[in-house]
Amino acid sequence: MAIAKALNAGLQKAMQDDPKVLMFGEDVAQLGGVFRVTEGLHKEFGDSRVFNTPIAESGIVGTAIGLAMRGYRPVTEIQFDGFVFPAFNQITTQLAKLTSRSEGFLQMPVVIRIPYGGGIGAVEHHSESPEAYFAHTPGLRIVTPSNPNDAYWMIQEAIKSPDPVIIFEPKRRYWQKGPVNLDIAPMPLHSARLMREGTDVTLLAYGPMVTTALQAAELGAEEGISIEVIDLRSLSPIDYPTLFASANKTGRVVMVHEAPTNVSLSSEIAARIAENCFYSLEAPVLRVGGFDTPYPPAKLEEAYLPDADRILEAIDRSLAY
Amino acid sequence: MQLLAPDGTYGVPAQYAKYGEIIDSLGEDQLKTFYRDMARIRRFDIEAIALQRQGQLGLWVPAIGQEGAQIGSGYAVGPNDHIFPSYREHGVAITHGVELMSILKMMRGVNHGGWNPEETRYHLYSIVLGAQVLHAVGYAMGVKFDGRVGTGDKDSDLAVISYFGDGATAEGDVSESLLFAAVYEAPIVFFVQNNQWAISSPVEQVTKVPLYMRGSGFGVPGMRVDGNDVLACYAATKLHMDEAREGAGPYLIEALTYRIGAHTTSDDPSKYRDESEVEYWKARDPIARFETFLRRQGIEDSFFEDVKQAGDELAADIREQTFALTTPPLENIFDFVYSESHPDIVQQRAWLKAYEESMGSHE
Repeated sequence: MAIAKALNAGLQKAMQDDPKVLMFGEDVAQLGGVFRVTEGLHKEFGDSRVFNTPIAESGIVGTAIGLAMRGYRPVTEIQFDGFVFPAFNQITTQLAKLTSRSEGFLQMPVVIRIPYGGGIGAVEHHSESPEAYFAHTPGLRIVTPSNPNDAYWMIQEAIKSPDPVIIFEPKRRYWQKGPVNLDIAPMPLHSARLMREGTDVTLLAYGPMVTTALQAAELGAEEGISIEVIDLRSLSPIDYPTLFASANKTGRVVMVHEAPTNVSLSSEIAARIAENCFYSLEAPVLRVGGFDTPYPPAKLEEAYLPDADRILEAIDRSLAY
Repeated sequence: MQLLAPDGTYGVPAQYAKYGEIIDSLGEDQLKTFYRDMARIRRFDIEAIALQRQGQLGLWVPAIGQEGAQIGSGYAVGPNDHIFPSYREHGVAITHGVELMSILKMMRGVNHGGWNPEETRYHLYSIVLGAQVLHAVGYAMGVKFDGRVGTGDKDSDLAVISYFGDGATAEGDVSESLLFAAVYEAPIVFFVQNNQWAISSPVEQVTKVPLYMRGSGFGVPGMRVDGNDVLACYAATKLHMDEAREGAGPYLIEALTYRIGAHTTSDDPSKYRDESEVEYWKARDPIARFETFLRRQGIEDSFFEDVKQAGDELAADIREQTFALTTPPLENIFDFVYSESHPDIVQQRAWLKAYEESMGSHE
């Protein structure tokens, strides 16, 4: 099953299990969303549970908050990563804070689905990686699947959470296939997963970069470098115990993401690893990411985005310490 | 629409007959309640300003002059309806049983508004202008999805009212709210208190058409009422909340009033407006005109004296309670960041506890 299909199946299951689950956003009804992640849901659940909204992202998230107050479990789709910013205020000043502001009287079981990242040859504002803005905000939970099985289960667990969850969906991997176990959830929502064991260096990745990281590990193995790959899966909270255990084991950590590295997830993780694994480290945590520029025009993105070579270059530098 | 002129004369223009019928159905007790609560909330307001000046509150947001709009509309909201205030609707709060001390706690800075919005149906104050209007629309959409609109069952049907001011109408969230409400035919009344000043910007600088017309392009009809006429505010809100409950969709009421006081206790209106303007509006005071009306109805001195005394008692009481407020321990900030456990919160709470213990007792 492909990631997009797995998300679709997970949404369908969640909507079958709980009549309070709603799915809405731009073009999510008859069209099934621009990536077809909601395909067929409108037909099965009807206008009152799967509906198109006006093109107004703040309105989508703001009304989702009100619907959650009314006892619904809204799932919203933001069509593209670069379009989430009109909703930034509702997400950060309202959604993230209402449980705290109300001293627990209000719960906010709202899910925001955001296709993110580059690699699809799109025009401006369709290839962004804005996860750090949200990971910085207390009150939000953030997850990102890298494979179909996680996609199927994460969307369902996000919907069940009483807290707001943003699920960043790796859009260039939407049609990447993999097995899905429809019966047994793989692991808790906020756990990191060891994808490949290794002994020389730990490589951390999430979302679309997990596939790239595994490619790098394969190439590294051919050169005799044993690379341990961990998929973060959750960006808030981050499963630090799993990260620290690997860092302590290998003594070297490289982290990769598409987002610009400045004040990014890898900035925070590098700081935490330095603080917690200092005596185990043989090298500073090195980072591979997008450059600190606006996302480039599509013809340049292949060179802009981290790839296996850029990762291996960082691994070589790490091993040289 | 004005039913009660500034000189206290009551009259219903022919085109507003259906609103007049709503007033006709009110008994003397209800009229007295309007007066009592307008006077009560003004006395509270004056005391809160004094408490702020004495350093007991971090900030106060006075609603003086807007009592007619708030008490009138507040009492028109039904027992199942939900209210989404901005941050100046202290008058609406008391019409639905919100403890005034809850508001003072927030303004003292011991919490961010800890009342239960489910229980009071009066949602939390929203400091970010217009943000709450979308929540109100979402809530109203949910009411519609629940099938609680237009069933004819008065015990079951409900509607939503959202308050905001002339300044907030500039926010994109308000426009999106009008649009979503119209598109989904949500049972909601948008109640705009046009107090004519968005801090220092006069309303002429923030809109080029009267605000009651703001909804029309979105498909939300509207009307303007005299916001200093408690009866007009009650009748308009009652009629349009009833209609929303019955399935008529959204409606916008602009209550034209005036902010007699400062925007907040941090503001200095003498920098931007003439005292003569304030005097003009003081002559149109909602409480004074309603008192004239009630006296002409034969309400006796003793009632007004009782109200005044009750106000002074309230003021003394909230003063005493404010002085008795304690600051919660810092560790409470960790309690409700998430509904379910989050490891960063657990870790930071533990660190704070260890740190505080390492510093020894405060006693």
